[in-house]
Amino acid sequence: MRSIAAIAKSPACIALVAALAVAGCANKQVPNNAADLGLGAGGAGAPGSQQEFTVSIGDRIFFDTDSSVIRADAQGILSRQAQWLNQYSSYSITVEGHADERGTREYNLALGARRAASARDFLVARGVAANRIRTISYGKERPVATCDDLSCWTQNRRAVTVLNGGSS
Amino acid sequence: MQNLTKTIFLIAALAAGLAAATMPARALVEIDINKGNVEPLPIAVTEFISADGRGAEIASVIEADLRRSGLFAPIEKGAFIEKISNPDAAPRFQDWTVINAQALVTGKVTDTGDGRLRAEYRLWDTYAGQQLVGEQFFSSKDKWRRIAHIIADSIYQRLTGETGYFDTRIVYVDESGPRNNRVKKLAIMDQDGANQRFLTDGRSIVLTPRFSPTRQEITYMSYEGGQPQVYLLQLETGQRELVGNFPGMTFAPRFSPGGQQIVMSLLRDDGNSNIFVMDLRSRNTTRLTTANAIDTSPSYSPDGNQVVFTSDRGGRAQIYVMSAAGGNPQRISFGDGTYSTPVWSPRGDLIAFTKQTGGEFQIGVMRTDGSGERILSSGFLQEGPTWAPNGRVLMFFRQPAGSSGPQLYSIDLTGRHEQKIPTVNFGSDPAWSPLLE
Repeated sequence: MRSIAAIAKSPACIALVAALAVAGCANKQVPNNAADLGLGAGGAGAPGSQQEFTVSIGDRIFFDTDSSVIRADAQGILSRQAQWLNQYSSYSITVEGHADERGTREYNLALGARRAASARDFLVARGVAANRIRTISYGKERPVATCDDLSCWTQNRRAVTVLNGGSS
Repeated sequence: MQNLTKTIFLIAALAAGLAAATMPARALVEIDINKGNVEPLPIAVTEFISADGRGAEIASVIEADLRRSGLFAPIEKGAFIEKISNPDAAPRFQDWTVINAQALVTGKVTDTGDGRLRAEYRLWDTYAGQQLVGEQFFSSKDKWRRIAHIIADSIYQRLTGETGYFDTRIVYVDESGPRNNRVKKLAIMDQDGANQRFLTDGRSIVLTPRFSPTRQEITYMSYEGGQPQVYLLQLETGQRELVGNFPGMTFAPRFSPGGQQIVMSLLRDDGNSNIFVMDLRSRNTTRLTTANAIDTSPSYSPDGNQVVFTSDRGGRAQIYVMSAAGGNPQRISFGDGTYSTPVWSPRGDLIAFTKQTGGEFQIGVMRTDGSGERILSSGFLQEGPTWAPNGRVLMFFRQPAGSSGPQLYSIDLTGRHEQKIPTVNFGSDPAWSPLLE
């Protein structure tokens, strides 16, 4: 599980930089992910593989401050996720909800849970069976970016779809 | 773990042939804790007489407790004129008034011969020329710091009229490792940072420990087994127990004042969270809120009749008060910004909170109807106040911008006396114990 999570993390930020061109993300990510960039160099991955899901489909979506509304840019990613999951139906998934550090601990646990539920509901509405999906909130316990400004907080307000089935 | 509760006995007030020892003499020396700007009281804490260095160590723990409270200004020992050699005899009061010591502490520590310590102490009013307190305590030798804290509490109580808070402990979350992969362990220590030890091994994320008001027990949240849930931990046996059998995440636990219930948040399947209370004996669960909202961080009033909590039912996080039976919550926070982590004072008069406004996090207090809001501390990131059992001091954690982790701080209700609490690593989520028994 731990290795999956570690691999899953990095390509998505690459995807974020490329797709969303969020100002500041590239700068902040270079030192954090220098080693991870090598991991992503394997390419888009075989059809139906973890790598394809995280790199080509995109395993995470981002939220506005104190919001669990699925943004327009996130709808495309979740739709692609649903399509892929409907095609490769042997995978079960865990949707992790996360919050940035700009909230208090217990409130952020609840906020992360609400984000995970929002992402799950979107996937279910796109045909992914609800019984394949588990959700968990990490609140602000697992930031991916650790600077103390907006460039990191925008990356930490996220829901990440983690594949459980298949290879490990 | 050893039983801490039975090792120290208050035997009796010492009469010791000194006049006025037990008479409620009209003391000249006292501190009015309710005045806005308290001038710290100059006090001389002499080394307790002992055959080894223990007497000096005990005096130094007492002095540090009193100084940290902000209410006392211990006098430098180099200024002392009289050297106390017989703590049973009256001191030369003029020697102490001339250095402006308004109160004087003397004492001695002896070995009882059966493995225990006997500590005697006297508190003197130097200007009145009177003994205010004379007490003796026994404990096992390894509990000598507790004796010092108990004596400090006795001094605090005699001079302020308020119960002390020095013979207490703090449970908190020890943090180590990088910020994006923190290792979190439950840890416990004395309120002054001594005797730190870990209660969990760091394999699972643990959060928000809180003391039982009545037993050597804490409730906390853990990701053990991959499912975040509320647990109970017996401090003396190390035994852990899942609280209830709920389908979703349970979090934000806190004991009822009697210690028989745990109030907490339960995540609903739709992503909202409501407040439930579980009776630990009957295991019956009662739902207290039903809103399609985040309802969390519940905290009982000390009489057990009301619960204060955080909710975003009005759009953003604010503080609400409801009956302990649930229903009809009233919003009490109306300032600029969001409010969370409300904690009811053990005195019942105030609610401490974390407020976010203008990009800052603030620790503050308000009256239970929401009036009289006062901010005690502001900063980049600080949260999670917990009350000392006498309701005069708060502890919280703070992480300055650009730092690698949070640390614990205490602050008194005037907001003037802030102290960093020493911890082994980084520390967060402190919770203050009741006074030990």
